[in-house]
Amino acid sequence: MAGAAGPGTGPGAAGGDGDDSLYPIAVLIDELRNEDVQLRLNSIKKLSTIALALGVERTRTELLPFLTDTIYDEDEVLLALAEQLGNFTGLVGGPDFAHCLLPPLESLATVEETVVRDKAVESLRQISQEHTPVALEAHFVPLVKRLASGDWFTSRTSACGLFSVCYPRASNAVKAEIRQHFRSLCSDDTPMVRRAAASKLGEFAKVLELDSVKSEIVPLFTNLASDEQDSVRLLAVEACVSIAQLLSQEDLEALVMPTLRQAAEDKSWRVRYMVADKFSELQKAVGPKITLNDLIPAFQNLLKDCEAEVRAAAAHKVKELCENLPAEGRETIIMNQILPFIKELVSDTNQHVKSALASVIMGLSTILGKENTIEHLLPLFLAQLKDECPEVRLNIISNLDCVNEVIGIRQLSQSLLPAIVELAEDAKWRVRLAIIEYMPLLAGQLGMEFFDEKLNSLCMAWLVDHVYAIREAATNNLMKLVQKFGTEWAQNTIVPKVLVMANDPNYLHRMTTLFCINVLSEACGQEITTKQMLPIVLKMAGDQVANVRFNVAKSLQKIGPILDTDALQEEVKPVLQKLGQDEDMDVKYFAQEAISAVAQRLRKLDCSAKASEEPSARGADKNHFLRPRGPGEDTGKGPAHQLHGNTRDTLAQLEIAELVHFSQSGD
Amino acid sequence: MPYKLKKEKEPPKLAKGTAKPSSSGKDGGGENADEPQPQPQPQPQPPSSNKRPSNSTPPPTQLSKIKYSGGPQIVKKERRQSSSRFNLSKNRELQKLPALKDSPTQEREELFIQKLRQCCVLFDFVSDPLSDLKFKEVKRAGLNEMVEYITHSRDVVTEAIYPEAVTMFSVNLFRTLPPSSNPTGAEFDPEEDEPTLEAAWPHLQLVYEFFLRFLESPDFQPNIAKKYIDQKFVLALLDLFDSEDPRERDFLKTILHRIYGKFLGLRAYIRRQINHIFYRFIYETEHHNGIAELLEILGSIINGFALPLKEEHKMFLIRVLLPLHKVKSLSVYHPQLAYCVVQFLEKESSLTEPVIVGLLKFWPKTHSPKEVMFLNELEEILDVIEPSEFSKVMEPLFRQLAKCVSSPHFQVAERALYYWNNEYIMSLISDNAARVLPIMFPALYRNSKSHWNKTIHGLIYNALKLFMEMNQKLFDDCTQQYKAEKQKGRFRMKEREEMWQKIEELARLNPQYPMFRAPPPLPPVYSMETETPTAEDIQLLKRTVETEAVQMLKDIKKEKVLLRRKSELPQDVYTIKALEAHKRAEEFLTASQEAL
Repeated sequence: MAGAAGPGTGPGAAGGDGDDSLYPIAVLIDELRNEDVQLRLNSIKKLSTIALALGVERTRTELLPFLTDTIYDEDEVLLALAEQLGNFTGLVGGPDFAHCLLPPLESLATVEETVVRDKAVESLRQISQEHTPVALEAHFVPLVKRLASGDWFTSRTSACGLFSVCYPRASNAVKAEIRQHFRSLCSDDTPMVRRAAASKLGEFAKVLELDSVKSEIVPLFTNLASDEQDSVRLLAVEACVSIAQLLSQEDLEALVMPTLRQAAEDKSWRVRYMVADKFSELQKAVGPKITLNDLIPAFQNLLKDCEAEVRAAAAHKVKELCENLPAEGRETIIMNQILPFIKELVSDTNQHVKSALASVIMGLSTILGKENTIEHLLPLFLAQLKDECPEVRLNIISNLDCVNEVIGIRQLSQSLLPAIVELAEDAKWRVRLAIIEYMPLLAGQLGMEFFDEKLNSLCMAWLVDHVYAIREAATNNLMKLVQKFGTEWAQNTIVPKVLVMANDPNYLHRMTTLFCINVLSEACGQEITTKQMLPIVLKMAGDQVANVRFNVAKSLQKIGPILDTDALQEEVKPVLQKLGQDEDMDVKYFAQEAISAVAQRLRKLDCSAKASEEPSARGADKNHFLRPRGPGEDTGKGPAHQLHGNTRDTLAQLEIAELVHFSQSGD
Repeated sequence: MPYKLKKEKEPPKLAKGTAKPSSSGKDGGGENADEPQPQPQPQPQPPSSNKRPSNSTPPPTQLSKIKYSGGPQIVKKERRQSSSRFNLSKNRELQKLPALKDSPTQEREELFIQKLRQCCVLFDFVSDPLSDLKFKEVKRAGLNEMVEYITHSRDVVTEAIYPEAVTMFSVNLFRTLPPSSNPTGAEFDPEEDEPTLEAAWPHLQLVYEFFLRFLESPDFQPNIAKKYIDQKFVLALLDLFDSEDPRERDFLKTILHRIYGKFLGLRAYIRRQINHIFYRFIYETEHHNGIAELLEILGSIINGFALPLKEEHKMFLIRVLLPLHKVKSLSVYHPQLAYCVVQFLEKESSLTEPVIVGLLKFWPKTHSPKEVMFLNELEEILDVIEPSEFSKVMEPLFRQLAKCVSSPHFQVAERALYYWNNEYIMSLISDNAARVLPIMFPALYRNSKSHWNKTIHGLIYNALKLFMEMNQKLFDDCTQQYKAEKQKGRFRMKEREEMWQKIEELARLNPQYPMFRAPPPLPPVYSMETETPTAEDIQLLKRTVETEAVQMLKDIKKEKVLLRRKSELPQDVYTIKALEAHKRAEEFLTASQEAL
């Protein structure tokens, strides 16, 4: 196939003397020798192209051996190679030849860099599926065994990830061998290998026969769960979830639970943390009966653990735990066995614990119903709303919707308001930012009247915050509020206040007016925009601060689409043209941008009438937009500006002027 | 940049030019004089004709990594202290026992044991620091007394004491370390953040002190102790090295060093476990507080390795020490790491090639402070390199240096150009000029015009001048070649595109082509440069080189201390004081001689 191409006409530098068939590999070899990593990386990423050029047979016989033998490169290049090879089956002749890909991947699976190894294992897993059962036993399983008994820990860790993919399709004799290899890795001398084995234990258990799980996996699990290194023990907790799903209740009680109980009281907080973190999964895996007998008491201990990390992880799981309890008797269990511990956590010494709790506690109200919520949870919510840590308060406020459904927000509003006000004025701007983001939600739940009365002034105050991010968020907030409460409300309450700021002595506040107009114009519609906002924007074109002026240009470009032809022609265009001759180069630049945008808009409005004029004009416009703005342009000299002065009248002239302007200043 | 700070106190880096014939002595040779060398030289360095002696002790880890003059000092509301869960003893009421020195000699052993057992009671220092004040004082006084007793009395370390002393140590110290707590919210950054101190330190310090004196007692017999100080004990001890409290790590370092020295049977095990810690640090967590201390111990171990080196030790260098260069918090332990590497090379120069190849492999791509550290270490290596080894690695080496010289980060370029002040390196270059110059010249020439930083210009002219003086003819050839190469460069790029084009065409003929849609064509690699030098340029270059380089030589000596901190975090006075108050058990670790 490759021979179809005639002798190369290009430089034969890489190809060797006329032997065109070697050409692709020779190019690759040459490229991989280059000093520049980026070039080598690019070549490897084009490996499939080379394989296609070679055809399947020569890919197998020439390209792959070359890659296996010679590749020693930066990890980045190896990573790309490992990834490529995972999708290479088609290029070597389909599943029958998939095993050809194993040698290079095998050596990649032994390199030191974890990322490369992991990618090689991922590719190997992918390829294993494409093997026929015979090929799997003939080629893949031996590879796994070689890796599993490698000298260096890297190959043994890589092997751990390959057992579960080849086990299900192997014959019984081979299965026994595979299990044997896995067993020895679980008791490897190197903790790295034991960790790798422990992390794959659950996955491996899932593909094993139930008998083997009981007779082999469980002892391995027990051993790993009592390893001398806590980093191994905590991985066993993860495996516990998968193993528990496979066993019957009795086996579970006898084989797994003793170990799990022990893990929940491990002397290392990392292991206990893991139990807390996986609690919902464990709960589902062991079923309701064991949950009630064993897990609930364990959970209580985790909630009062001496390490805050563990308490916080457990607190995060409170809602899920309660949700997953069997509906029957759930309320009693929560009320008697969980709630007392939650009450303690509300006044925990650690703020992370409190804020973890605050992020889920509101969810309990749906589970417990209206009465319990009012009687038991509400006092906790109120206490958290007054917490000294802003994050706790914020978490409560951000989850108000759960409570709203159950008891209505009115119950809380008395306490809510001071909390919101305090967060709104918090010294940390990130806290202020967070509360702003919940404003639209709060507004929806509290209603327009309440909002106008209590919160509106806050929203306006944010507009003059000294941090830009807050002012920006505040403007977006206004837009969302208008979407919620409608244009009439906007016209009466927001727009006047925003427009007043146009006369503020601080130019930052004047700019805020423009930013508000940018986002509000669309929500408010044409009428308000034209009648109320546009005059203000146009007036600000005469501002003495250049930043305000070029923002006027930007705003005009933004609101252009909302305005009608008359407003654009009669009011916007003259102002923009004036700005187009501003002494400040930025103002000029943005004015030009706006002029062409407005011009386009006008053409669109006009297009039904004069469709024939368009094509040439559009070309001109496009050029304009594509043109990057280099430094030092528009220095204020040259005849271009005079041209602007002479061509105010028609749109066509305006466009010609631009062409002239740019052709002149471009050279 | 902590490295620079450490540099000031560190024993002189392989003092320049004490043995080399071509040495410049630019450091005035005085560096050695003001360094404390309290311990006797353990062993004469293996004689070597042209290698300079390096330090016999590894550079000690700094107790506080932060320079305390920078940020505002404040007393924080919460003390930066934490403690892991000690299983508090139920009965914490301690009876004050009679003093050892006041009791009859025959009862002393019994009383000593009683006191040791009493000290196994653990107290709460975190949640309620004021609890059990009276009993805490009993324990403190007891520990203090025992420290005195074991230091000054002879024949008190009797056989019955060993299990009791080890148990007391284990009960007090072996614990799961608490989660790292950083008040600023982000993950603890070993390079920047203040450590959280151990709250129970008033007791722990004395326990450590006692145990150290116990190990160092002239009566101490490893043969009896090895029943109690076993692999399990060592493993638990090693776990503690992750402690955030530098004072604790300092004690641990000395204790482990003593154990390594006294228990020959544990040596291989200790080395293996340290390796596991390093692997985990490099490949899994990138987080461990005690790497510098562990390397310091290893430095003293390597120092004592017998020759020829065992294969195991060489593997350690290649598979552990070199990959340690890749971790992002390298600055925390780099002086100790560099010390270990140079120790190896001094022992066996044939390791130079794999080491330099390794360094080049892990060379930082974006982290410029780290790149400066690499350049520091490389210079230390070049200081001790054999000329035969140099010629093996010089090509890849100078290709990297050419990149460093061209670095837009002026500290990197500057550090690389300082190599031209090292006369030994210059003599090596001079001996191999025909191969080195063609690699370096383009980078120097290009940046003599285009680098943004003035200081770099001067240094580059200096380097070019040295090259010119080295071999005028070669210099001219390089200039000519540079011109020719530049013109060829563009042609080659076109050639490459055509090559790929052709392969793409071949690939299209394959029916599978649509299934393996090749990635979109990659953007060509553009060269930033536009001009090619003319003959006049070269004349001009030569003239400028002369003038600029002379001027530069004057300024070159004033090496400024480059200091960069990510942010000015407020520092806690308490932590500063606590760290300053800590007295090291030993300033330098001595070499542990390998058993033959």
